Amino acid sequence: MFASFMMNAWITATIVAVVGGVVGYFVVLRGSAFPAHAIPKGAFAGAAAAALLGISTLIGLAAFALLGALGIGSMSRRGRHDVVTALALVLMLALGAAFLSRTTEYEPEIYSLLFGEVLGVSTSEILPTAALGIVCIAAVALIYRPLMLSSITPEIAEAKGIASHRIEMCFLLVLALATAMTVPVVGALLIFSLMIGPPAAARSLTSRPLLAIYLSVVIALVTVWIAIAASYLSNWPIGFFVGAFGALSYAAGRGWAAWRRTRTARPAALTATLGT
Amino acid sequence: MHHVYTAVFEPGFFASSQVRIAVTVGGIVAVVCAVTGVFTVMRGQSFAGHALGDVSAAGGSGALLIGLSPVTGFVGLGIAGAAVMDMIGVQRLRGRDLATGIVLGAAIGLSALFLYLTSVTGATTGAVQQVLFGSIFTTTSGTIPAVIILGGISLVSLAVIGRPLLLSTVSPDMAVARGVPVRLVGVLYMLALAVSVGLSALTIGAILSTALLIGPAAAALRLTTRVGWALGLACVIGVLSTWLGVLLAYDSYYWGSSHAGLPVSFFIVAVIFVTYLASGLRHARARAGNTEPAAPAATVQPERLPA
Repeated sequence: MFASFMMNAWITATIVAVVGGVVGYFVVLRGSAFPAHAIPKGAFAGAAAAALLGISTLIGLAAFALLGALGIGSMSRRGRHDVVTALALVLMLALGAAFLSRTTEYEPEIYSLLFGEVLGVSTSEILPTAALGIVCIAAVALIYRPLMLSSITPEIAEAKGIASHRIEMCFLLVLALATAMTVPVVGALLIFSLMIGPPAAARSLTSRPLLAIYLSVVIALVTVWIAIAASYLSNWPIGFFVGAFGALSYAAGRGWAAWRRTRTARPAALTATLGT
Repeated sequence: MHHVYTAVFEPGFFASSQVRIAVTVGGIVAVVCAVTGVFTVMRGQSFAGHALGDVSAAGGSGALLIGLSPVTGFVGLGIAGAAVMDMIGVQRLRGRDLATGIVLGAAIGLSALFLYLTSVTGATTGAVQQVLFGSIFTTTSGTIPAVIILGGISLVSLAVIGRPLLLSTVSPDMAVARGVPVRLVGVLYMLALAVSVGLSALTIGAILSTALLIGPAAAALRLTTRVGWALGLACVIGVLSTWLGVLLAYDSYYWGSSHAGLPVSFFIVAVIFVTYLASGLRHARARAGNTEPAAPAATVQPERLPA
């Protein structure tokens, strides 16, 4: 499975996992699971349009992902956050469906856009993917402090003059970029599994931010590597393994956290009764 | 006059049996979704509704694979998904979105697998389109009884738990103080939601099912704060959107020279979205016209609740 044609998949998937792990940490921290799900789906519509027009799907992905992020960011100021996100996302999907229905032979295309394709990444796409990945991580590093503040203690952030909706917008744009570069490998529907499972597991293991980000990346890497290997060996879609491992890592994280709680509960209870 | 008529209703519209089935199934599903949707929007559980849609996708594709009827797959797995989501604590606000997202991710993974296996075993072509984006024009009339029964069960359960559900949505503490079995009511609501989403998936596809669920409901809640009115308005908007979508889809085959047509689900979603935006206009205009701001649509006036 390490033949030359597979190397593209390994390299790209590694980049995807790193970006997913980092950005995903903030997705979980901010409870932005819904936008993290919505933007990739909007990106799907863009990719469909691009495929129809014969231009690079990466451009279509990026354009619609950014549009989706801007749309969600601006609409959420007026309507209810979850309703607006849901409707915008569904409209994007309907558009994607309409675009793709124009031709009948697009089924494998639709499938790989939605669920990922191990062998779908060409060598020419590695460099743009890596470049976008670096941009994403650099952006996160740049807004790290205000982002952390406005995620954990929004009131203090406001007091410090950090406009929360501007930070939200920045974050959504980073999310859009991350989406655009990761969808070709993992698929629109599953990128968000990668952005939620590993970070959630990492947060169950530690509350220290930098350590959690590091763990999140590690778990994401392991997930993606196992998924590629399993997909290569079984011919089953990579998306299935990513979704499954995402869920497993989340469950493992929660199980660990629960176990830790039972271990520390007794001494704490004892101190409580003795203390008073 | 005749020209206008044929321009709007292309030839054969009313005679086509496919259209009649689509209009019947679509109408019933729209009503069920509108009612469930009003509660969903009020409870802020749009994400759960959306997640169940994708869970339904797994059910629909699984059903295709082993040859079960789509309704069974969509609704069956939807209910299982709702049960799992409830088990891992969807009702508690904290971590709720996360738990929902995980179930969603796992379900999509399953869909990926089932759809892949369908293409490999060569059982059905166009499976992806059918499951994810709907196939109401290819629904058989045999589905209608199942839709009516499931829809009926859903509506009846919501009518039964309607008042306690409303109370526990608007003021959970008061509900608990009054002895409302909040958890049980929540579970029953999730089941009704699962059924509604499953039926919606059948109509416009699993991925787009959310539109029918929350679009008309959200628009209605922006136009009125009284729950009773919202429910009625949502039903009207939902049914009209669905029927208009069917009409436009049928007509679209006659547009242009390619005779390709566009999917029904696209039109229904587009109409719903436009309606939602339009409801916002009225809201914004009201707010601009008055000196005091209009009440946010999601609040329910407490006097309307039972004494």
